[in-house]
Amino acid sequence: MSADWTGFAYLVAAVCFIMALRGLSSPTSARQGNLMGIIGMIIAVTTTLLDPEVISYEIIFAGILVGGTIGTLVAFRINMTALPQLVAAFHSLVGMAAVLVAVAAFYHPEAYGIGTFGNIGTASLIEMSIGAAVGAITFSGSVVAFAKLQGLVSGNPVVFPLQHPLNAVIGIAIVALTVALVFGQDPTSFWAIVILSFLIGFLIIIPIGGADMPVVVSMLNSYSGWAACGIGFTLTNTALIITGALVGSAGAILSYIMCKGMNRSIFNVLLGGFGGDTVAATQQAGGSRSVKQGSADDAAFIMSNANQVIVVPGYGMAVAQAQHALREMADLLKEKGVDVKYAIHPVAGRMPGHMNVLLAEASVPYDEVFELEEINHEFSTADVAFVIGANDVTNPLAKTDPTSPIYGMPILDVEKAGTTLFLKRSLGSGYAGVDNELFFRDKTMMLFGDAKKMAEEIVQALN
Amino acid sequence: MMIDATVFTQGLVQVSEVANLAMSAAGGVETAVTGGPSFLHLFTVFVLACFVGFYVVWSVTPALHSPLLSVTNAISSVIIVGGLLAAGPAAELADVDLSSLMGFLAVTLASVNIFGGFLVTQRMLAMFKKKK
Repeated sequence: MSADWTGFAYLVAAVCFIMALRGLSSPTSARQGNLMGIIGMIIAVTTTLLDPEVISYEIIFAGILVGGTIGTLVAFRINMTALPQLVAAFHSLVGMAAVLVAVAAFYHPEAYGIGTFGNIGTASLIEMSIGAAVGAITFSGSVVAFAKLQGLVSGNPVVFPLQHPLNAVIGIAIVALTVALVFGQDPTSFWAIVILSFLIGFLIIIPIGGADMPVVVSMLNSYSGWAACGIGFTLTNTALIITGALVGSAGAILSYIMCKGMNRSIFNVLLGGFGGDTVAATQQAGGSRSVKQGSADDAAFIMSNANQVIVVPGYGMAVAQAQHALREMADLLKEKGVDVKYAIHPVAGRMPGHMNVLLAEASVPYDEVFELEEINHEFSTADVAFVIGANDVTNPLAKTDPTSPIYGMPILDVEKAGTTLFLKRSLGSGYAGVDNELFFRDKTMMLFGDAKKMAEEIVQALN
Repeated sequence: MMIDATVFTQGLVQVSEVANLAMSAAGGVETAVTGGPSFLHLFTVFVLACFVGFYVVWSVTPALHSPLLSVTNAISSVIIVGGLLAAGPAAELADVDLSSLMGFLAVTLASVNIFGGFLVTQRMLAMFKKKK
């Protein structure tokens, strides 16, 4: 193919990718969107394989076969609860691929038509080091995020003195090394950039607590896009540049939405030190105040006599894998003529949209599931709010106490419902370490226990 | 969500001025070597793609934010193109040097992502059903 046709094919691939994202505006068009994405990828790969310089088909197909097999197995076997880890792991692979391509381009620039070894254009060198640096940051940052989400390391924020000055020094060193690379073209500067970037990726994510992972996952998604962009400039490949920009914006917008869902700035999240995993277990709240405790039978009785029940699922539901039992409960209630809806807080779960996927997995129809702004006004007319494994996102302190760390965070107004049922393991506070005074109100009933077990007991009581 | 047209145009003009400066500072060498598209050309594509991304992603329904993450993951693996070009010149195993080895590894990693990303997205989307 001539250069023009190649360029045109890459453009078609990029348009397919835009259509893939566009499809996600509604669940009905989303599957077609995904198909467009696959078509775009096939076009891009085929076009590259037709390049006259590309002759090593055996090696290439071996790589695709090995990688494709692993990817397919993982995609079919992964448990939906573990999606956030999977996405983090995938991000790390994109980051690593960007680093590898940058290394290849540095040692063999002829393959990309950007000069010869030791004689690469200035712009290409700068683009290459940006691609390599962002790729390396994406890789090590995603590995840390994966380890935290998978529970391989503690989700607690790791903070140490002079953390931020150290990061700043490394950042300046990377810029200085890029300048050195442009003037010297020497491999030492190049590898130093790569190694320091691996280090800084690790250092950026390590202070961020487990509960801030929705932001981290989105942010790393954004980084992986910018890394692809950097490589796209090096390769003068428009498909890569457009795709990188799309992915970069997607991640940035998701990070913004997640931060807004917690009323925190992205800098506040990045500075870290907020929200460990163990806070909930260690802090027993309440002191002498008493709560009204109920049984599964009580809950079944209250809900079967209600007209409308709004279910508020949180990360606790995901951990306990309670979504299937929850859907059974909702089905029985619907048979009794109760109107059941689900309310999702933007930061529920460990990645954006995680709760929606888990509910969909349990065959909850998506038109029964609502976002915070859509449903918040309905709590005042609902008879029961059934909170399962969520806490901070319902805490009225976010509205009333300016000194609280969660002040200003949008919350689901479960306090306005006739009765609020909290299904929790204990009275412990949420990740923010704040007591939820809703637990002690007259209209509240606490159901203590494992979310899945308790939901199953309620199902039995309803039968 | 609408941007005022004049502000938008002014922005683009500024962007292209900056790009011109950047190109005259750095990009001239590259164009001379490659004869390919100029830096300004690529940068224009980049800036416009950012705007497209911005509007398209804001139109994604929040319920599908997880599939959005996994599908962007899959499409960003189009970086496989870079790996293919690097692995490409080695016709036989004896020809494999550092660059083609890196290319091979990049192709493998990106393939995990492409297959895994699209398939897991498909799996997720297949679960989203309307009320019967």
